[in-house]
Amino acid sequence: MLVLAIDTATPAVTAGVVDMERQSVTVLAARVTQDARAHGELLTPHILDAVGRAGVTLRDVAAVVCGVGPGPFTGLRAGIVTAAALAHSLDVPAYPVCSLDAIAADAVTEADSPGPFLVVTDARRREVYWASYDAAGRRTHGPDVAKPADLDSTVRHVAHAHPSPGGLVRVAASAVLDGETPSPLTPLYLRRPDAAVPGERKRVTTP
Amino acid sequence: MSSIVMGIESSCDETGVGLVRLHDDGGVELLADEVASSVEEHARFGGVVPEVASRAHLEAMVPTVRRAFDTAGLRMADVDAIAVTAGPGLAGALLVGVSAAKAYAAALDVPLYGVNHLAGHIAVDTLQHGPLPTSSLALLVSGGHTQLLRIDDIASKITEVGATVDDAAGEAYDKVARVLGLPYPGGPPIDRAAREGDPNAIAFPRGMTGPRDAPFDFSFSGLKTAVARWVEGAQARGEDVPVADVAASFQEAVADVLTAKAVRAATEAGIGTLVISGGVAANSRLAGLAAQRCADAGIELRVPRPRLCTDNGAMIAALGAHLVAAGCPPSPLDLSADPSLPVSTVCL
Ligand SMILES: [Zn+2]
Repeated sequence: MLVLAIDTATPAVTAGVVDMERQSVTVLAARVTQDARAHGELLTPHILDAVGRAGVTLRDVAAVVCGVGPGPFTGLRAGIVTAAALAHSLDVPAYPVCSLDAIAADAVTEADSPGPFLVVTDARRREVYWASYDAAGRRTHGPDVAKPADLDSTVRHVAHAHPSPGGLVRVAASAVLDGETPSPLTPLYLRRPDAAVPGERKRVTTP
Repeated sequence: MSSIVMGIESSCDETGVGLVRLHDDGGVELLADEVASSVEEHARFGGVVPEVASRAHLEAMVPTVRRAFDTAGLRMADVDAIAVTAGPGLAGALLVGVSAAKAYAAALDVPLYGVNHLAGHIAVDTLQHGPLPTSSLALLVSGGHTQLLRIDDIASKITEVGATVDDAAGEAYDKVARVLGLPYPGGPPIDRAAREGDPNAIAFPRGMTGPRDAPFDFSFSGLKTAVARWVEGAQARGEDVPVADVAASFQEAVADVLTAKAVRAATEAGIGTLVISGGVAANSRLAGLAAQRCADAGIELRVPRPRLCTDNGAMIAALGAHLVAAGCPPSPLDLSADPSLPVSTVCL
């Protein structure tokens, strides 16, 4: 079955078309651009490009899988609302995936020396988003946001990575194949909005 | 053959989705106008918090689209074009609407129009009062905008005649409400309080009305400070603040300057139609004074009903329909939102 994978939780604008069977995940076409400011601009063009190069149309897509962060808020929302609107208009389900889990899924597939590890992405303001995983890629802690110095330095860190279409789909594979009712595409913000309730109004005259 | 246009608005704190039908004769008919507002989430902050607004847009976007189609009794496949607010507005908020609109346009394989929010505020009037005459003047007043615009063609030719040099009129209402201990947003409570007050009780200043000031620009910052100074003075003397008189006198100063400049701009340009739109257009004194002064000057006054004046998707759908009718080229799908989109750019 054809699955459209989307992620905008890192500086990468990620879109891919994946053919998924019980035992296999095959990326037919992917389009990824590193540009933290262009998620809103490039995501839909990337999706159409990937769909075109896979030789299919959006109407052939049976499900959408979307990374829901954690990630910088503005870019993150571009991916999530795109996934939600596509799923609505194509009348297909959209499955949320923790973006760090998708990176972990790739790390497990690629690693020569497996073992517990951390996935770390940039949270700006000198902080990082992180989650820890066992050797099989199962999340053991997180996702959370922290100062880099506070992370466990005794395990391998997978950093500077972005989720791949294959990784995203692998994380959601059983839910998609079993036709589970997807949970809502709730963003993993992990931080409250910066907003202060105003204090006493400042006088314009001196008493 | 008529066509259906969907409009998506997310420039500030309202998630709006409108559906209109563009008829062969160019008439535009409103089919649905659904709005989800995050205004209550901003109230305790005394103003719109961009990140709070953006989060609310993401949650509300698809449900609001669904509601619009339910209300109109249409299916997604009935849509022939999509218009979305591309600016001006809050960057993060605009991005939610633009991203959603692109996805809908791609999935439905219909043209996308990234349009100007300010032009939408004017286009919405055609839903209620029919086509605009060849030239008209528009006064746009809300929490975010205070502008005088000349409209020669709603689809292609809008020129700024004047604008506020500091606060928007609605912003001044919010700040004065705070001085008077009235809730946010300040427009409705000040309007209510003013009904019991004397508009001539206090002579508050009329900003930018001196001989050397730009004739059609506005300033409300000095007025806001003058009100605060007056109230603090009364408090310092241990007097009760006459809230109704202050509200009425403040409101009179705002309505006086807005309508005087609008009517003069129309008269000097020989334009016979004034449209007043935006959230503050619902203000009773502004509407009353505008009606009186337009009648005196022989100008036709058009004020859309309050529901259409505030931010909504219907205004964006209406503008999109005029662009479709005029044969304007659609926007590319790599379109970017522009938080400071100039009013002269109707469509990106
Ligand atoms: Zn507006």
